[in-house]
Amino acid sequence: MTYSLAGRIQTRIVLFGVIGGIWTALVTPILPTRLPLGSSYEMSFTVLGLIIVLGVAWELAYHLLQQFRWDKDWPTGFSLLAGVPEGLVLWLLLDSGTWLWEVPVTARGFWTLFISTWLLIWAVLSGPIRVLLVRRRWRGGRLFG
Amino acid sequence: MTAAGPFVARTGDLTRKLLDADIWSEQLLFEAGIPIADAPMVCVGGGLGTFALVDHLRICGVRPESLQVLTPLSAPWESFAYLTRVSQISRGDRLRSDSSSCPDNLWGFPSFAVREAFGADTVRGSLRPLWQVLTEPICGEHYTPRLGEVLDALAREARRIRYPEMVTQGQVRMVRRREAGGYFTVLTPPERATGARRIAFRSAHVHLAVGYAGLRFLPELAAYRASTRNSSRVVSAYEPHEHVYDQLRRRPGTVMVRGSGIVAARVVHRLIEERNAHGLQTRVVHLLSHDVPGPQGPRFMRRNGGDGFAYQAFDEPKAVWGGQLRDRAGATEGAGRVEFYDSLGGPSTPYRKDWHAQLATARAQGWYSTVAGEVEALDPQSDDLISARIQARDSVLMAQVSFVVDCTGLQPDIGEQRILADLLHHSNAGRNPLGGLDVDPSFEVRGTRSGKGRLYASGAATHGGYLAGEDTFLGLQIAAQEIADDLAAQGFCARLDVSRSVRQWVRWAANRPI
Repeated sequence: MTYSLAGRIQTRIVLFGVIGGIWTALVTPILPTRLPLGSSYEMSFTVLGLIIVLGVAWELAYHLLQQFRWDKDWPTGFSLLAGVPEGLVLWLLLDSGTWLWEVPVTARGFWTLFISTWLLIWAVLSGPIRVLLVRRRWRGGRLFG
Repeated sequence: MTAAGPFVARTGDLTRKLLDADIWSEQLLFEAGIPIADAPMVCVGGGLGTFALVDHLRICGVRPESLQVLTPLSAPWESFAYLTRVSQISRGDRLRSDSSSCPDNLWGFPSFAVREAFGADTVRGSLRPLWQVLTEPICGEHYTPRLGEVLDALAREARRIRYPEMVTQGQVRMVRRREAGGYFTVLTPPERATGARRIAFRSAHVHLAVGYAGLRFLPELAAYRASTRNSSRVVSAYEPHEHVYDQLRRRPGTVMVRGSGIVAARVVHRLIEERNAHGLQTRVVHLLSHDVPGPQGPRFMRRNGGDGFAYQAFDEPKAVWGGQLRDRAGATEGAGRVEFYDSLGGPSTPYRKDWHAQLATARAQGWYSTVAGEVEALDPQSDDLISARIQARDSVLMAQVSFVVDCTGLQPDIGEQRILADLLHHSNAGRNPLGGLDVDPSFEVRGTRSGKGRLYASGAATHGGYLAGEDTFLGLQIAAQEIADDLAAQGFCARLDVSRSVRQWVRWAANRPI
């Protein structure tokens, strides 16, 4: 995908917000969190929110790296692999209690949610998004403007 | 509406009055005896550029009766198939095209890699294209589809949208603005057709996708062919030249290949394959206009290169079709546009490991060499040889060769194309900073609006516009989408919104005719 910076940020917010939000709402009750349902939802939506908020900063870094690529392309493999550093940083933040407030988090619950959400969004971005948003790929990933 | 035969009342031809008038009326045509046929939209060209737009408009709900394709071609892929064939790409060979560049599918989903995976007979055959597309271009070369697959997909989509029903065959002579708005497009039916000598199609809108004017012969090549009246020794890679390979099988010789793009790479590949398969003694002198010893360009626009070639996966850097480079091109005018196109660099070829290995072997064995320079003159010698005088960077070289295969391209000058030349003279059309047809961001030809009617153009003729990579599968589809959006804004068709897109994609996936 040949992203523009605005396209990256819009894609991050809207796809994780909408598709990630629906997925998180559906999958949370069956996540192996060993927490009460309310706490599970607190964990899962905090994780999703942080994927979006911290993701904007990650997108700035990816955009900078993209400038070193001759064709200004961001290969699909990069989009998939980006989940590794993002997932690790997020886990360290939450598990070590470094994040601004205490979030109930368990490793199995966190990783099941993170990996499944990441793969789902990546799969949607790899093809079906082009049917839903037919002009997006010609506009650097922008959904608006 | 199909062939305009039934409408014909009398036969007629273009009159001086018609030829001189910039704007026509029905009265002028009546006086000349040229019959008029009606169609809301006329598409001139009939190649892949036309197909991309017709496909888009049909998906946006335009009925076949509202579209009239005027073309000498019998199928939209005819020219494309011809050019690939003569430039040494067979049905089983892979094109230089991205997996999601699908001329039969405006969504690019499922991509060709996914389709190949689903169509494979073995697990390995299924996994290979998927793995390649997942790891490209870091762990290997880009996935590219086979020519045969693309042609089959095009044929399937043409049937699905009932493309043949919209075609009237013949040569388009000109498009002129109509006094009361819209346009007249004059068609010369094939010789064999009975009825009128010319037919004028009256339409609200016109789309031109007429491709290149023809082959481009550089002056010294044209001079050699004219002076010797022999066109078999100095050939263009874009014309049939199978005799070169045939004769080299019978008699050893040296071939000078000229050009540094993908076609030159294919011709060299064919010569090497022939040499290996038949034990020939062919020698190859590869003449490159610029020497590319290694990667070139500033840090943020650095293109890979080496051994004389600039390497890039596709015709243009990928972002020209829909990323940062498209945004950048869209913001340029005048000299800034020229500078932008210059920054994209000259001809290139994809880095392919097997081909690179072949060249290394050929170089080591001493029968393949590259020279950076320009041909100054070609002179006939005895025994069917040609003497080539080459101006290299700091010396003049002489080479004796049996054949020259010129791979430097097709004629890009729109002034050499009859319909476009007429448009420049009579319809207020102009040229963009690179000399191509000046179109606005929605691909409307600037200056040619006629009442509520609009005249659009896409493809090779618009080179130098706001979209680089205009003459590619993706470029033609992007243009089609911009034109369809513009027409939708005028109420000509429905806009391709989420709901229509999903419904139409499902129909496409089920191969249901529309």
